[in-house]
Amino acid sequence: MTSEDVINTDVLIIGAGPVGLFAVFELGLLDLKCHVVDVLDKVGGQCSEFYPEKPIYDIPGLPVCTGQSLVDNLLQQIAPFEPVFHLGQLVSQVAEHPDGSWSVTTDEGLRFHAGVLVIAAGAGCFTPRRPPIPGIEGYEGKSIFYAVRKIEALRGKRLVIAGGGDSALDWTLNLHQVASRVTLVHRRPEFRAAPDSTRKMFELAEAGAIDFVLGECVGLDGSAGELAAVTVKTNDGALETIAADRFLPFYGLTMKLGPIAGWGLNLNENRIAVDTEKFETSVSTIFAVGDINVYPGKLKLILSGFHETALMAQQAFRYLRPNKKLLFQYTTTSTSLQKKFKAA
Amino acid sequence: MKIVVTDYAGVTHEIDAEADWPVMEALKAAGLPIKAECGGCCLCATCHVYIDEAWVPKVVVKSQDEEMTLSEAAELSDHSRLSCQIRMTPELDGLRLTLAPNF
Repeated sequence: MTSEDVINTDVLIIGAGPVGLFAVFELGLLDLKCHVVDVLDKVGGQCSEFYPEKPIYDIPGLPVCTGQSLVDNLLQQIAPFEPVFHLGQLVSQVAEHPDGSWSVTTDEGLRFHAGVLVIAAGAGCFTPRRPPIPGIEGYEGKSIFYAVRKIEALRGKRLVIAGGGDSALDWTLNLHQVASRVTLVHRRPEFRAAPDSTRKMFELAEAGAIDFVLGECVGLDGSAGELAAVTVKTNDGALETIAADRFLPFYGLTMKLGPIAGWGLNLNENRIAVDTEKFETSVSTIFAVGDINVYPGKLKLILSGFHETALMAQQAFRYLRPNKKLLFQYTTTSTSLQKKFKAA
Repeated sequence: MKIVVTDYAGVTHEIDAEADWPVMEALKAAGLPIKAECGGCCLCATCHVYIDEAWVPKVVVKSQDEEMTLSEAAELSDHSRLSCQIRMTPELDGLRLTLAPNF
């Protein structure tokens, strides 16, 4: 990789939830440019993933909004500052340069060079939930996958798919013509998925094109990471062995602190310790805002995260523009700020 | 009001709860190790508990939504519930439950 491939930015924000998005705004007011990385393939974090339709009543000035409308509004609000998003990317490595700036690498190979890092990672990175089947780790990445990257890699294979949501159903419908056999395993005959997908799945099962088993995957057989069979405990208590080459569990997402744990930051019960003046971590020029941080009196509220970004931005400016005077300006009266908003 | 909680290690805790509070919030406030990742949205099943047999009839019945989320939880039993979906009422004072393993 050459130096041209490195993305240079004032600030790299890790996490595109509401607080990460608003950090773009507060940093933007101080003329600091931001790139934003998120492991999900969409912005909004928990607001979009967990409660897009649920009402939120405690955002100042917005008597009620939904998780998704809050995210949409924030995107509109920060648009004048032209943030650049890199989605579906997990920040894996962080290394310090001799001058105190940061080299950051994602699992997909993106490289950034940033003066300041802002961790707005909420409860951590979303990762697929691993079913509690003994020995499952040994098969992961070889014959057990939590996402389908290449359909062709599954051609002619015997697949067991587990789960009760859209992912399990969509992949059952998409893969049954590619695979030599698809068995869908779920505890209930109801699915939390598009009714049309559910209907299609039952039609395929009735026609004998796929197998649908009511039960739970409890065991794996195979050797050296190559799966031979999945054991299913059916709802009537019997154990059934299903010959399988690949197992695709779709049990939704869970949140883990992930690689952040290895960056040398002081942690307190899996959250990042910060001061309450600048929301800076134990490592200078790395900040943490929103649910991921902890300090005396911390409340996990979007409101608190927004406040934290404003104070963080002041210190980020001092680091990034050491020779410039920090001018505190209100958006109501600053002509230079108003120009930016009107131009957008 | 009180809730009597048995943790993973089999240790029993008597914790405080308030009326109309989700049991999940009472567990968290008492510092018990449940993740409750989705914050009470009935989505993640990381606040899964087993209600003691005697208390099962007193607890509000499961919604379809809770059934769906529970169906993807590990170590499901007939007394499995999501603690975020049970609100404390005077009738539940003294409720006994056991934390389910997280996965």
